[in-house]
Amino acid sequence: MTSRPGLLPEEIKKDFPLLQRTVRGGRPLIYLDSGATSQKPLAVLDAEREFYERHNAAVHRGAHLLAEEATDAFEGARTTIATFIGAVPGETVFTRNATEAINLVAYALSNAATAGPESERFVVGPGDEIVVTEMEHHANLVPWQQVCRRTGATLRWFGLTDDGRLDLEQLDDLVNERTKLVALTHQSNVLGTVPPVELIAARAREVGALVLLDAAQSVPHMPVDVTALGADFLVFSGHKMLGPTGIGVLWGRRELLETMPPFITGGSMIEVVRMEGSTFMPPPQRFEAGSPNVAQAVGLGAACDYLSEIGMDRVHAHEEVLTGYALERLAEIPGVRLIGPATTESRGGAVSFVVDDIHPHDVGQVLDELGVEVRVGHHCAAPICRRFGIPATTRATFYVHNTLADIDALADGVRGAQKFFGTA
Amino acid sequence: MQLEAMYQEVILDHYRNPQNKGLREPFEGEAHHVNPTCGDEITLRVHLSGEGRDATLTDVSYDAMGCSISQASASVLTDLVIGKSVKDAMEIGDAFLELMQSQGKAEPDEDVLEDAVAFVGVSKYPARIKCALLGWMAWKDATARALGEAS
Repeated sequence: MTSRPGLLPEEIKKDFPLLQRTVRGGRPLIYLDSGATSQKPLAVLDAEREFYERHNAAVHRGAHLLAEEATDAFEGARTTIATFIGAVPGETVFTRNATEAINLVAYALSNAATAGPESERFVVGPGDEIVVTEMEHHANLVPWQQVCRRTGATLRWFGLTDDGRLDLEQLDDLVNERTKLVALTHQSNVLGTVPPVELIAARAREVGALVLLDAAQSVPHMPVDVTALGADFLVFSGHKMLGPTGIGVLWGRRELLETMPPFITGGSMIEVVRMEGSTFMPPPQRFEAGSPNVAQAVGLGAACDYLSEIGMDRVHAHEEVLTGYALERLAEIPGVRLIGPATTESRGGAVSFVVDDIHPHDVGQVLDELGVEVRVGHHCAAPICRRFGIPATTRATFYVHNTLADIDALADGVRGAQKFFGTA
Repeated sequence: MQLEAMYQEVILDHYRNPQNKGLREPFEGEAHHVNPTCGDEITLRVHLSGEGRDATLTDVSYDAMGCSISQASASVLTDLVIGKSVKDAMEIGDAFLELMQSQGKAEPDEDVLEDAVAFVGVSKYPARIKCALLGWMAWKDATARALGEAS
């Protein structure tokens, strides 16, 4: 199998310097772990390097030329990134990563009770409920467990069906008048499942609950328009979308960001500071205390430009073809069980599976020997493994540079593992 | 090929036919250890006869789930330490830890480590060292508890 309609040209691989290297005794590198972190195209590396070589200075302060250029580069990146998700810069807050963005909102809820009358909307306490799902990454589960511990609110969650979808039968019971916030993934990092966000958001709106979307696996891989999803908050990480590490985004509706108590306080987020107390800047600066990761923001802006040039529709179509092919190739191997939806319907390119009588660590080791780099383990979403009664999975994830041949190598490697361990 | 260096036949044998597996009574110390990065788990019990470091490890029993390396390592461990004094077994444990930290360069003493010498290949793979040590860490912990050295 060499090609199918919808695939991006294979030359894209040449944009990624790291993908040119060899591994484990000169084998070509087949990188199937973009869901954990993505490799960076030259355009992103160049943008970050150029910022340091030409424009580096502290942003939002100082009156010299470099400070102006650095601020322009930083705020220009914010505009590019905001536009990429259909938002405006004033609603686009830079964070370190998606995890920090979720914690920013979680701590706003925790701190709201003592933050004054303008933050009343965010107060949670005994009797209130926060709803998550059983397919969340730990980043979108543990912070909410902690909010509930601190405030006395109750955590509830959607369970999963056997084919790896959200069980929506209890929707009206789970999301009710007591619900303050629904936090859910926009695409599962283990199962690939894309839940019906609009449906859940509509129910949340009916009962006056806020909706936070963990879009760490969706924004990199499909067109996302924040205004069309019905969400109040949306978070993602730069490093999973061809950008640098250390930069992520919280998008929030302006009227919410304006009244939410800040999470981290200090320099850069204040208006007037007196010994007796201080006032805070409007969003997004309100949530950006301390020196920001400027070069990383610039790099993420370049990543958005790179993806936009390809077109997110085409990125999504490409990955849908790869996912379909991977599901086919893996399903035909005796002893392989897919964990997650078996078709590409409402599903992205995270393909998890278990191989009978071979632990995922051992599968991963054999694949690694062949130059095929996948993720093994619980993928920071341990409750999914518990739900399906397995200790861990092997997971392949795809991006713009992957090819059908990469998936052939994966399937051959799985058969190789079975042969090596004598299970097939 | 590197794979054969890591998965030596001895390791695969212990993986397919684990020794001393299953939790047994009586026991004085029990420990539950997990490898949080991959989800591997082991519950291990120690039964001692005698007092202090001269006590004999009359039985070491365990229940575990995990990869071939962690399963084989737990099996090899029980073969090595059952019947030995705590003091001697701890010395074997130290030798195994040293082996696993050797990045594949150690020339282990087969008289001390017996089947455990096969893990030298594993020590070249940083991600797998924790797998090989999971059972040993649980055993050390359970033994300390049996001796009343830890709560």
